Amino acid sequence: MIAPSVAMLVRLLCGARAVWLGSAPPNGVCIFFANHTSNLDPVVLWSALPSFIRIRTRPVAAQDYWTKSSLRLFLATRVFRALLIERRNVTVRNNPLAKMLEALDAADSLIIFPEGGRFAGPEPQEFKSGLYHLARQRPNVPLVPVYLENLNRVLPKGEFLPVPLLGSVTLGSPISLNPGESKLDFLSRARLASWNLHRL
Amino acid sequence: MNQFFDVQTQWFVGGVLALLGASSLIGWVLSHRSGNPGYKATVANLNGRIRAWWLMVVIFLAATALGKMGTVILFGLISFLALREFITMTPTKPGDHRALFWVFFVITPIQYAVIAFNWYGFFSIFIPVYAFLFIPMRSVVAGDCDRFLERTAKIQWGLMICVYCVSHAPALLYLDIPGYRGQNAKLLMYFVAVVQMSDVLQYVWGKLLGRRKIAPNVSPNKTLGGLLGGVFTATFIGAALYRLTPFTPLQSAGMSLVLTLLGFAGGLVMSAIKRDRGVKDYGNLIEGHGGVMDRIDSLCYSAPVFFHLTRFYFAE
Repeated sequence: MIAPSVAMLVRLLCGARAVWLGSAPPNGVCIFFANHTSNLDPVVLWSALPSFIRIRTRPVAAQDYWTKSSLRLFLATRVFRALLIERRNVTVRNNPLAKMLEALDAADSLIIFPEGGRFAGPEPQEFKSGLYHLARQRPNVPLVPVYLENLNRVLPKGEFLPVPLLGSVTLGSPISLNPGESKLDFLSRARLASWNLHRL
Repeated sequence: MNQFFDVQTQWFVGGVLALLGASSLIGWVLSHRSGNPGYKATVANLNGRIRAWWLMVVIFLAATALGKMGTVILFGLISFLALREFITMTPTKPGDHRALFWVFFVITPIQYAVIAFNWYGFFSIFIPVYAFLFIPMRSVVAGDCDRFLERTAKIQWGLMICVYCVSHAPALLYLDIPGYRGQNAKLLMYFVAVVQMSDVLQYVWGKLLGRRKIAPNVSPNKTLGGLLGGVFTATFIGAALYRLTPFTPLQSAGMSLVLTLLGFAGGLVMSAIKRDRGVKDYGNLIEGHGGVMDRIDSLCYSAPVFFHLTRFYFAE
């Protein structure tokens, strides 16, 4: 009840519509990976997904950010069903990768930001290796590249009042790890798959 | 409220609904004829436009029926959406963020609130003077000098076109015209009808007999045939609608001529901006029409001039 209303409100405020380039929305489990410029990114991408995908999709988000206030915690756990991961003190017990694989095995799709942080520029930074490990350990899960545009202008890093500009969410054809492809090759190919979707 | 139900308004609303009904019927007939994919796409686009027109007409009439306040709020929302499309397309930097927040959530609401308070003196200078001075002041605090003049000018321009110019349309409701008191809603309907009819007729005439491109680098769809046909027929329709207005038939024809020509100019200028930014439409809110800005580009240019001509020659 709350989740669809939040998704609709976000779509209305950010004007973000999902544009599927080159493929229809996937049916089964998949991983959406996107560039990361704003705290709104996971929320907007999640809201822009069609509802039948959205209910089985969990944004992977930073535990320290989303547990800071009780509202954020409520949104993260009850509304977005975020998969909260530890960024700073990674141990064997709270290994982010294990948590993500567990979620995939439970038939949930994931939204991840492989740059590992927010960056202001339009072009994505080099990807961290998490995406590669996911691709290697779950080779049957399609990886859907996403490019988020303009959201850093809606709510830039360090600001708390949003400006109602129109964002865009562009999704491309799924990729997967090729046999014998090196980690670096795969990561740069994935980064380009996202960056090539930019429009402005 | 009562002005909405007088005889002329009823005839006008009836006429608009009949026109839309006829368009829907024609669109339905066309969509059931066989043709190549190009034909199908054109007809689908046409029917999308007609459906969007139904929605826009219903929203406009509902707001007008709610009285002055409903109309001011409707145009305020239109300004807000248009400005959002304009700024989205314009490259601003993080240093402009706070200024943009003011533009959207303070300056735009104030401009429309001032209309509702019928404070003409402030209405006419608030954005050109005070918002003009304020925006660079708020941006400069962020300390980013890169392309500063360009960024500031673009925000100011968006505010002038999308908010200041558009706000002259609902301001028509507050003009005090002797012998026409309490009937200003009809003046607004007349204005919107002539400007939008002119757009539609230029499109239709252009499709029918447009050959010579008038501005191939700016807007390849605009043709001399479309312009002349549209201007002539819209002026004629405007003259025929004189009973809605405080004008004589001849004055009404003159006003309509000015409106259609300015509307054409507005469409051309907005096309040039889109082309400069490399986009086809400002947004995708309205089916077949693009964004709000694509629909009101002609209104932006004609509203202030129509307001001032009416105020100068007919109001007290």
